[in-house]
Amino acid sequence: MPKGAGSRLPRSVGPWKKGTGEKSRVPGLRTLAPIVPNANAASQALILVIAIMSFLACLAVGAVSLVNKSAETWQSQIAREATIQIRPGDDFDMDAALEKARSLAAGFPGVRGARIIGRDETVALLEPWLGSGLGFDELPVPRLVVVTVDEAAPPEFSALRDTIIGSVPNASLDDHRAWVDRLVSMARTTTVIGVCILVLVLTALVLTVIFATRGAMSGSQHVIEVLHFVGARSGFIARQFQTRFLLSGIWGGLIGGGAATVVFLLVSWWAARNIITPEGEQASAFFGDFAIGAGAYAGVFAVIVLVGFLTALTTRITVLRTLRDIDDRRADPGRLD
Amino acid sequence: MIEMYAALVNRRFWKAVADAGSVPFAGRLLYSFAIAVLANRTGRLIKFENVGLRYGMGPEVLRDVSFHIPKQSFQFLTGPSGAGKTTLLRLLFMSLRPTRGLITIFNKDMAMIEPAELPLLRRRIGVVFQDFRLLDHMTIYENVGLPLRVRGKEESSYQHDVLELLKWVGLGERIHALPPVLSGGEKQRVAIARALIDQPEILLADEPTGNVDTPMAQRLLRLFLELNRLGTAVVIATHDLGLMDQVDARRMILSNGQLEIYE
Repeated sequence: MPKGAGSRLPRSVGPWKKGTGEKSRVPGLRTLAPIVPNANAASQALILVIAIMSFLACLAVGAVSLVNKSAETWQSQIAREATIQIRPGDDFDMDAALEKARSLAAGFPGVRGARIIGRDETVALLEPWLGSGLGFDELPVPRLVVVTVDEAAPPEFSALRDTIIGSVPNASLDDHRAWVDRLVSMARTTTVIGVCILVLVLTALVLTVIFATRGAMSGSQHVIEVLHFVGARSGFIARQFQTRFLLSGIWGGLIGGGAATVVFLLVSWWAARNIITPEGEQASAFFGDFAIGAGAYAGVFAVIVLVGFLTALTTRITVLRTLRDIDDRRADPGRLD
Repeated sequence: MIEMYAALVNRRFWKAVADAGSVPFAGRLLYSFAIAVLANRTGRLIKFENVGLRYGMGPEVLRDVSFHIPKQSFQFLTGPSGAGKTTLLRLLFMSLRPTRGLITIFNKDMAMIEPAELPLLRRRIGVVFQDFRLLDHMTIYENVGLPLRVRGKEESSYQHDVLELLKWVGLGERIHALPPVLSGGEKQRVAIARALIDQPEILLADEPTGNVDTPMAQRLLRLFLELNRLGTAVVIATHDLGLMDQVDARRMILSNGQLEIYE
């Protein structure tokens, strides 16, 4: 017998009696190691790759959400106003015409209000092009009435146009439809491009997660074989690996998603602090208040869930495929691949 | 009663009853029952009939191999290197299927065994691999307890058994050690303990003394003999003639793909 060994087989191996029935844990034994080894270099690389790809995917989600929100804002802002323009003419009482146009427009169904752009405001509007010290009365400058429309129930613009043109000489109505159409088209194009980029990034994420998981699992082939040969069922083996890699996937997703959330918050904070600077104004002109909406944060959460699910699913499929491969080799001993 | 029940639930039993058409039913039933009981008592764990195996389009590695492993038997499987010992062990362990012939394991035709049933049958066979196949991230204690763990048993229900078995193989003081720091002989004993922990009906050992010195080989042999004395059938694949000379046991000699048996 080996040194220190007993001369007879222990009760545990004897066929007549099995187990001592004792339930207390023997002191000094460590908590059982997981069946699938904990983080090694390959699984750390997997977490890193998942974190990077999740970060990029979350940024793409946030960017698409921001562009979509900004496009909606541009469209809404420009669509909720119309402009009555009155050109000057000989022996023409501009003030009376402005007031008449304003009162006609204000009383029209679907119009929330109408406001005359005053002389000083008009001068200020023209100043960037004509300079200061403008001789307002010497130039045939058309005057404007801004009509605020009810977005929920907009007025019938053709009827409003006919009424204004019929009642106020030299007047015309611009409902900004041409601009709105262009902006809608631009906003839709921008959103479609954003969604396409998001789809590409998500596809890359899916493929990266699948290949990185398979790569990390290739080092665990011997564990699968040992478990298989000591009588573990396929479902049991798959469950062990699935749980282990699900945690890696979620951890990587949390790191990537968390980093993207921090970026969103930093950008919002920067925009809020720099709103009064020229750069901030420029950014705010394009992207509003630069706030990432709840949709983007929901997207970040969805990316993390997707990554976890994909990692677990890939692991399960890989384990079951490996086991099937072992069985196929069993059935076909000549297989070399 | 158990034999009667086993016979009654066996499909082959009823097929045998049905096949003997010219004999009255009661007679057929009695005859078939007697055959079934006899087969159970003779206790053949594994039976090979004209088994052949080739890898791909190559020559047959095993040709017309016929033998059986009785319950509680002890045998050596030997032959020159490359004779097919490991292949034969893999067939015994159901990790290969023959290209021809019939293998019956625990009264089941191997060709008819469903993949889902394999783990349950493998649990009745202990295997000591030539390369040990221990999991390096687990301690000796955890490696030996692994077969019970995968069967869903609570650690508290088997930890004393594992510790007792490790003491028995002389590793009681090294339960916390990881396989990479063990010697070849220690790894061998861990692999043996893992194969024994769930009281297999048959133990297959591939070159179990290949990595140890002579005194350790003799110790391991005594371990196998003790195990056999307690009822486990043992098959040891080895080309160590010195080891075989120490025991008067059945020898199965593989040569050129054919098997000769010396009782």
